Amino acid sequence: MNRLDVDELLDNPETRVLVCCGSGGVGKTTTAAALGVRAAERGRRVVVLTIDPARRLAQSLGLRELDNQPRRVDVEGFKGELHAMMLDMRRTFDDMVWQHAGRERAEQILANPFYQTISTSFSGTQEYMAMEKLGQLVERDEWDLVVVDTPPSRSALDFLDAPQRLSTVLDGKLIRVLSAPARAGGRGIRKVVGAGFGVFTKVVSTVVGGQLLHDASMFVQAFDGMFGGFRQRAQATYELLRSPGTGFLVVAAAEPDALREASYFVERLSAEKMPLTGLVANRTHPVLAPLPAPGALAAADRLERSGDAPLAAAVLRVHADRVAVADREKRLLARFTRAHPGVPLIGVPALPTDVHDLDGLHEIGRRLAGE
Amino acid sequence: MNGWTDELTRARLHVVTGKGGTGKTTVAAALAVALATGGRRVLLVEVENRQGIAQLFDRPPLPYAEERIASAPGGGEVRALAIDPEAALLEYLDMFYNLGFAGRTLRKMGAIEFATTIAPGLRDVLLTGKVKECVRRAGKNGRHEYDAVVLDAPPTGRVVRFLDVTRGMADLAKVGPIKGQSEGVVNLLHSGDTAVHLVALLEEMPVRETLDAVAELDAADLRPGAVFVNRVSPPRLPARSTVSAAEGRIDAGRVRAGLEAAGLDFDEDVLDGLIEQTVEHALRVRMEERAKEKLTEADLPTLELPDLSDGVDVAAVYDLAEVLVARGVR
Repeated sequence: MNRLDVDELLDNPETRVLVCCGSGGVGKTTTAAALGVRAAERGRRVVVLTIDPARRLAQSLGLRELDNQPRRVDVEGFKGELHAMMLDMRRTFDDMVWQHAGRERAEQILANPFYQTISTSFSGTQEYMAMEKLGQLVERDEWDLVVVDTPPSRSALDFLDAPQRLSTVLDGKLIRVLSAPARAGGRGIRKVVGAGFGVFTKVVSTVVGGQLLHDASMFVQAFDGMFGGFRQRAQATYELLRSPGTGFLVVAAAEPDALREASYFVERLSAEKMPLTGLVANRTHPVLAPLPAPGALAAADRLERSGDAPLAAAVLRVHADRVAVADREKRLLARFTRAHPGVPLIGVPALPTDVHDLDGLHEIGRRLAGE
Repeated sequence: MNGWTDELTRARLHVVTGKGGTGKTTVAAALAVALATGGRRVLLVEVENRQGIAQLFDRPPLPYAEERIASAPGGGEVRALAIDPEAALLEYLDMFYNLGFAGRTLRKMGAIEFATTIAPGLRDVLLTGKVKECVRRAGKNGRHEYDAVVLDAPPTGRVVRFLDVTRGMADLAKVGPIKGQSEGVVNLLHSGDTAVHLVALLEEMPVRETLDAVAELDAADLRPGAVFVNRVSPPRLPARSTVSAAEGRIDAGRVRAGLEAAGLDFDEDVLDGLIEQTVEHALRVRMEERAKEKLTEADLPTLELPDLSDGVDVAAVYDLAEVLVARGVR
């Protein structure tokens, strides 16, 4: 197995961006925070961008809460510095609009009901804004390492796909066609669709309603001039993600579902020529006592029959359970490694308790580094 | 509260949600098999294009059709359906307009993706609309085609938005066929025919998310059903020893004597490792007890499912279904 060396990765000044991705519930946010702590301990000026609105992370960093601006985490003994922030997607979107549109047009856009929908409940907005924020942080050049956590998507791949989806909407070709079918674009489409076109507009407006279509159309018109700027930024961030200073860490639990997602993601990254750094197999349960399980179980049976040493019998049962879990995890990870032999991997043994504070994050950082 | 209730037996639509990674799909499948036990017909539905059901039952991806995927003890049958919102919209529009070729063109143009994109609520309305159609569909003899429908729903963070069709409709046409249909969906989801079950693990975050989801469901006037506590492993230490072991106090001398009495060959490293594992076990048990205690705040029927160290496969689904039947699920 190709072992992932986290310290080497964090110590390398060329490492500028680390993206933690993976399916929901695998411990991405905690991993991102622990990487930030570890990097700061070792002398990097690091900022952690988290998407998870859980207050627990803020509290474990000793902050009351996290917001859309990086806050410094004060810790004695760090050689470097740690900052943390949480993505506020609405604020980030608003800021972008202000930045790219004149005042009057910005106000018009922000007041549009369709903007409210797009900026809060569209499924790709969070990913898009996470990318935007990441771009801003790198641009500010105040940190030499940015660690970013990705949104809890349906699938880890959404992080790469969602910006494109949003782009398609904002691009607005379809909206323009639908709202002004008499114009030139309309005729073009009509030619393509032929007789179906009447049904096409009718269906769309029947389904989504005339008012929404009108709002959307107004929005797109107001947005038109800005769109180039938006797309350029998204493109620039996308290029940043492909650059050599960036690394993707795929976080997965040693469970079939999570590893399957991780496999998809690994394949996708390689197809996109994105720099895959390695797999973090989170919360593993390595066996701490080299004692074969069958012998331990037989001994536990003997002790339980005699009733003499209940504590030792329980200790042996705990051991046999642990061996079973560890064997399953090893089997699953070996299967992943066989499918992706070039991907470095590090197992992070589970903490027996929840992480509540910096000490906990420090401990996970140690385990990430294989200490 | 423990076990299944009569009220839950009366439900015909079982929505299963949970935090990511809690085993939602596995529990939904086991619940479907349990409900089908004894000769009933149950439909298991997924809506997130994940093909989780096909993977669990080790089959090729499910098409947009109701296919038999499992038989249940006593002559029951489980069918599965992966709802694709685009297909649902087309199927649906076809009932009102004669689309013919236009249907395919709409899809090719991206018009359907477009419509579901500019009106995010539309997607959910279509998905829940199809579920409603399955629940209400009449089969032969005028009885329902399915005795029960189990929905593998989006995770807790999104489930209330998903089920809150009224809010989803706010974006959409105020008149027309979709509006008409959505009223039927609202009626079903807020009636005694529907129960929203939550899958939890005995860990802090999943428990908190479960409690948050229960509050959110209550606020949206949706009915929380049962809590399925998944992957419960047995405590190995007697209760009193757990307390001291969690504080790191384990009598190494007694363990050593016991191991020697059992005739085991071991060195100090083995002994240290065994003790460390036992401390971790005790810490975990203590954390689980706290989580369990916290979970009682939900005040819902609770069913525990065992951890399966061999992993999850079709056989495991049947094992879990058996546990559910033993706990009164029918």
